[in-house]
Amino acid sequence: MLHAVDESVTPIHIHDMTVAYHKKPVLWDVDLAVPEGKLVGVVGPNGAGKSTMIKAIMDLVPKASGWVHIYGKPYSRMRQAIGYVPQRESVDWDFPINALDVVLMGRYGHVGWVRRPDKIDRELAEEALEKVGMTDFGHRQINQLSGGQQQRVFLARALAQDAQIYLMDEPFAGVDAATERAIIDILMDLRARKKTMLVVHHDLHTVNQYFDWLVLINMRIVAAGETRDVFTEDNLNKTYGGQLTVLSEAAQAVAHHQRGL
Amino acid sequence: MSEFWGPFWIVLAGALAGASCGLLGAYLVLRKMSLLGDALSHAVLPGIVIAFLLSGSRDVIPMFIGAAICGVIATVLIETFHRRWRVQEDSSIGIAFTALFALGVVLITAFAGQVDLDQECVLYGEIAYTPWDRLFWGEWDLGPRPIWILGTVFALNLAFVLVFYKELLIASFDAEMALSVGVSAALVHYMLMGAVSVTTVAAFESVGAILVVAMLIVPGASAYLWSDRLKVILTLSALMGVISAIAGYFLAGVWNSSIAGAMVVVMGVLFALSLIFAPHYGVLGRFVRQVRLSLKVARDHVLLKLLRERESQRVSALSWGDLVDTAARWVSGIAIRSLMWQGLITRANGHFSLGEQGVVHATRLLRNHRLWESYLNQIGLPPDHVHDPADALEHFTDDRLREEIRAALPDIATDPQGKRIPDG
Repeated sequence: MLHAVDESVTPIHIHDMTVAYHKKPVLWDVDLAVPEGKLVGVVGPNGAGKSTMIKAIMDLVPKASGWVHIYGKPYSRMRQAIGYVPQRESVDWDFPINALDVVLMGRYGHVGWVRRPDKIDRELAEEALEKVGMTDFGHRQINQLSGGQQQRVFLARALAQDAQIYLMDEPFAGVDAATERAIIDILMDLRARKKTMLVVHHDLHTVNQYFDWLVLINMRIVAAGETRDVFTEDNLNKTYGGQLTVLSEAAQAVAHHQRGL
Repeated sequence: MSEFWGPFWIVLAGALAGASCGLLGAYLVLRKMSLLGDALSHAVLPGIVIAFLLSGSRDVIPMFIGAAICGVIATVLIETFHRRWRVQEDSSIGIAFTALFALGVVLITAFAGQVDLDQECVLYGEIAYTPWDRLFWGEWDLGPRPIWILGTVFALNLAFVLVFYKELLIASFDAEMALSVGVSAALVHYMLMGAVSVTTVAAFESVGAILVVAMLIVPGASAYLWSDRLKVILTLSALMGVISAIAGYFLAGVWNSSIAGAMVVVMGVLFALSLIFAPHYGVLGRFVRQVRLSLKVARDHVLLKLLRERESQRVSALSWGDLVDTAARWVSGIAIRSLMWQGLITRANGHFSLGEQGVVHATRLLRNHRLWESYLNQIGLPPDHVHDPADALEHFTDDRLREEIRAALPDIATDPQGKRIPDG
């Protein structure tokens, strides 16, 4: 990033960030300025540091060096600007709680310590459930939901956060086609409302169709920019280098992409 | 001590200890940290002894402070071993609490002259002395000291759970989400562990270091089997602590045994009962559901068999021997009898045939079966592979699902084997 970044209009500005687990760096020297109102895909092989990058943005893992600014301010002052969809496997789905109460957690940041969510919070949570098509499942125990429904509940919780920026860790992993469609519709709708989204994604076939901006990552940023500029065979080679199956898949995806143009 | 007040104070002490432990214990079980409760109840010992040596009295305030500090130290040690030095979590817990407990034991014995804590009391508690251990305000007798202590601790725990309900909930369910909305999961964790430490000390004098572990874990684990709602689990867990105290007291009278021990035995019995009778997660409930399911499947198979025979126009009635499923004779027999009893099938001259309502039921099942076969075929399964999965799915297809499958298929009259899909 040689050009100057106007921080006040940049939702996420990462500068020279390195993240290490037990002193072993998993993400090196990340420089990234995510433009506002874009649906941004984050792709890369397993262990490339995709989730780590998202967690580092939210201070969930410590940074070895560098900083992240959210609209020009540190994350600790901009918590409420960010909604989060963690990986589905990150929680215990046998926990005794129903779907609506999970969604209501999205309001906790607005409610503040000790105070209880009020009627308006409850209505917002129900609205969020409705947006993901889960109105009838609000009082269902979460262990009685299908994988796709659980993912929708997580998305609804992020919507209830009513944020400017959404960070999503593999929202499409292991969901049925109807849920994938429903989720992508919601993401498009969020984009239309000028929200910025950073979405960790696995399926290279849909990259081109879903994301207008793309970050290719493998322990460092390989490329970042408009999808049409950076989603190239060369960049995919650099990102997935050495992984044959993924490479052929990538080549196929690119061929597909070029036919589409 | 009167005949009423003596037992009353003992039962109340047990009930307050049980309810306090039950309330926090539910969270320990929920957070899969039962072992941590065990650890803390032992690890607080050096804190108590040091507080005792420094203050020179059995005043509870210094003891609570000593215990809370020691509890938090134990928690920090466990976290540090595990996260920073990468010792396995269960080993970290095991090392931290045995080391601290041993330190406590060494301190007690080394300063035996100055420490008026006897080991029996530490391990087993002295709940029977509750009515005689009085609290005085100058000349005023305020009542039994343990009741004041346990009552205060119960009130504090209740307040803790009520005030921080939301924070405990999100930190227990999703620690990362909690952080991202500004609730420090670590802070919640330390608060909970501090509360467990203090509760342990309060319950200590009455029930001892070993039985307090049971009080922390058993009611929570039992309550967890009964419900899928946190508020119900918390209430039940505390309630089981109270019930155990009352029943345990009377049981101890009958057996002429340790009161605290009997209370915990009752907890064990409540757990066993929960394990058997809890509707959803209990063994009995699971067994009943399994039997009911097998029965439904067996009934469906009997109906289908009769309908298929009728359709093939070979015979419209089958003998018992033809109808019964030899692989599951017992369930199949009950299925046939229950269908007869309901009039869905009838028997004449030793042969069974479908009744009027039986035809309706069976036709619907056959429609399910053949729609599934067609659907599975459409999504790519070869025709000779679709029968078995359809056989499994046909029993669980309600009207809505049936129409959804129908809508997903082109307008067809027969299944992949060319058999007619009946209207239903």
